[in-house]
Amino acid sequence: MLTILFDGIAYGMVLFVLGCGLSVTMGLMNFVNLAHGAFAMLGGYVAVQAMQRWGVPFLASLPLAFLAAALVGIVLERLIYRPMYGKSHLDQVMFSIGLVFMAVAGTDWLMGSTQQFIHLPSWLQGRFEIAGVGIGRYRLFVIVICGLLAVSLQWGFTRTRFGSRLRAAVDDARVARGLGIPVNRLFALTFALGCGLAGLGGALGIELMGLDPSFPLKFMIYFLIVVTVGGTSSITGPFFAAMLLGVADVVGKYLVPEVGAFIIYALMVVLLVTRPHGLFTRARA
Amino acid sequence: MRAETFERRVRQALYVARRWHPAEIAFWLLAFAAFLLFPRNLLLLNEIAILALFALSLDLILGYAGIVSLGHAAFLGMGAYAAGLFAKHVGADPLAGLVVGMGMAGLLGLVTSPLVLRGTDLTRLMITLGVALILYELANSFGSLTGGADGLQGITMGPVLGLFDFDIFGRTAYLYSLSVLFVLFLVARRVVHSPFGLSLRAVRDNSLRASASGVPNARRLAAAYTLSAAYAGAAGALLAQTTQFVSLDVLDFHRSADLMLVLIIGGAGYLYGGLVGAIAFKLLQDLIATFTPQYWMFWIGLFLVLFVLGGREIIHGAAKAAAGRLARLGKGAAR
Repeated sequence: MLTILFDGIAYGMVLFVLGCGLSVTMGLMNFVNLAHGAFAMLGGYVAVQAMQRWGVPFLASLPLAFLAAALVGIVLERLIYRPMYGKSHLDQVMFSIGLVFMAVAGTDWLMGSTQQFIHLPSWLQGRFEIAGVGIGRYRLFVIVICGLLAVSLQWGFTRTRFGSRLRAAVDDARVARGLGIPVNRLFALTFALGCGLAGLGGALGIELMGLDPSFPLKFMIYFLIVVTVGGTSSITGPFFAAMLLGVADVVGKYLVPEVGAFIIYALMVVLLVTRPHGLFTRARA
Repeated sequence: MRAETFERRVRQALYVARRWHPAEIAFWLLAFAAFLLFPRNLLLLNEIAILALFALSLDLILGYAGIVSLGHAAFLGMGAYAAGLFAKHVGADPLAGLVVGMGMAGLLGLVTSPLVLRGTDLTRLMITLGVALILYELANSFGSLTGGADGLQGITMGPVLGLFDFDIFGRTAYLYSLSVLFVLFLVARRVVHSPFGLSLRAVRDNSLRASASGVPNARRLAAAYTLSAAYAGAAGALLAQTTQFVSLDVLDFHRSADLMLVLIIGGAGYLYGGLVGAIAFKLLQDLIATFTPQYWMFWIGLFLVLFVLGGREIIHGAAKAAAGRLARLGKGAAR
């Protein structure tokens, strides 16, 4: 049982890294980017390609995934995302769904529709036991990495100048702009960071979630839950939401497999219904 | 005294809006004439008619009541499965199946409407999406009833009205679907040009003001949502009956996304948008399928992005200019 819990935490950690970028971009620009999963997929494929084609070691492929996704993110932000900020949520959703469809079909065309696998180095394989709890080495590795990331993100968000500007912009973009904070540049940076994190999460998650061209569609709902439940104003909110989701999903699938993904969707609808206003609509001037 | 003149003016306006424009009559004559004009493409025409009905259903809530939905496939699937199961286990009469499909989907709409009516656009998008996904999972899990991933097989349909058998060329199918579409369109047309329809538009444009002038917002929206769900159910039932097969695909997310694209192409809020959009969408799909049968998803994604980024204004600008010229010919507004 504790082993399942452990797996759930590892899963939740990956979900957090995948989703936290989305929550910040959503809070900052009020922009609904359903295509966030596409960046995660990109990171995953970059990692797989790097390891299989060019023989890059696993640890080095992770930053590569981050950089690739961040780079594509910054370019796309400049080129096609920026005109979308002023449009309605419906338009944004349609737009990003279009992007998702293109990413799914494009990846299918380039890479084929089969599941991708990575070969983990031997020191990350297998599992050991502490006090009767089976702990997968790779999962422990994921938890450590993501935990470090979460702590440093939290630190950056609350303690640095960048973080305080970001928080100011999230709270009220107009006033922040009036105070001379370069909101647009801030947003581009944050967007790139969020995409990079998604890419990293995608690379880390290959072993846990699998990777195939339908990844952005399959996990879209997970990111959305993380963001809706966790709120968009902090790092801790999405973090706990991701944990909750990860544990609930793994435990649910393990104990009652026939229900499948049903639990997750029901959870989302219930949460949205019980807290319809505290989730997306932040008090904005 | 003033209230009376006001009421008369409203009646007058509604009456004028209800009058048939010559272009509308021509549109429907053409739709029925297509049966004779394109005898080889009846299956495609049937698909267009069903998609048009589905789009009409979304237009009712999106264009008139301003409710956004990313999960309209839930009602399509509900109607399709209800009609399919009805035909399989109860009776083969198509019209009875159609009524059952509409009823079940409408019921689902009524039950889920309290969920949808809360919150902002974004919450609505997520909730409708969630409901559709839940239904998909349910249909997948209850394989003994729905056939799961294999689809619902073994549906046999009786003749329509006891007279017209379904054939492999889609002759009966097209006329059946088109007739249902036409009848439901007439109903929808009457509804949106009634005081009820006016109040929906009032809620859409300014819900606070509408409720201040005595419109029971929540109940009106729930009614519109239920009606729209029943329409989508009718489309699903037609799909199940004319193809005699129901698969999980009817509940899939891409159905809802396709539908959005249809309405974006055709434009929402004047009933014909869904119909025109459905024609354009299916022809486009057919055309692209001849070039690249795979990767249709890529093209639909590209169209979505391009439309939202600005193509919509261009197309609708051109369409409006053309419609303006037509209106001057026919005298009287097309809306």
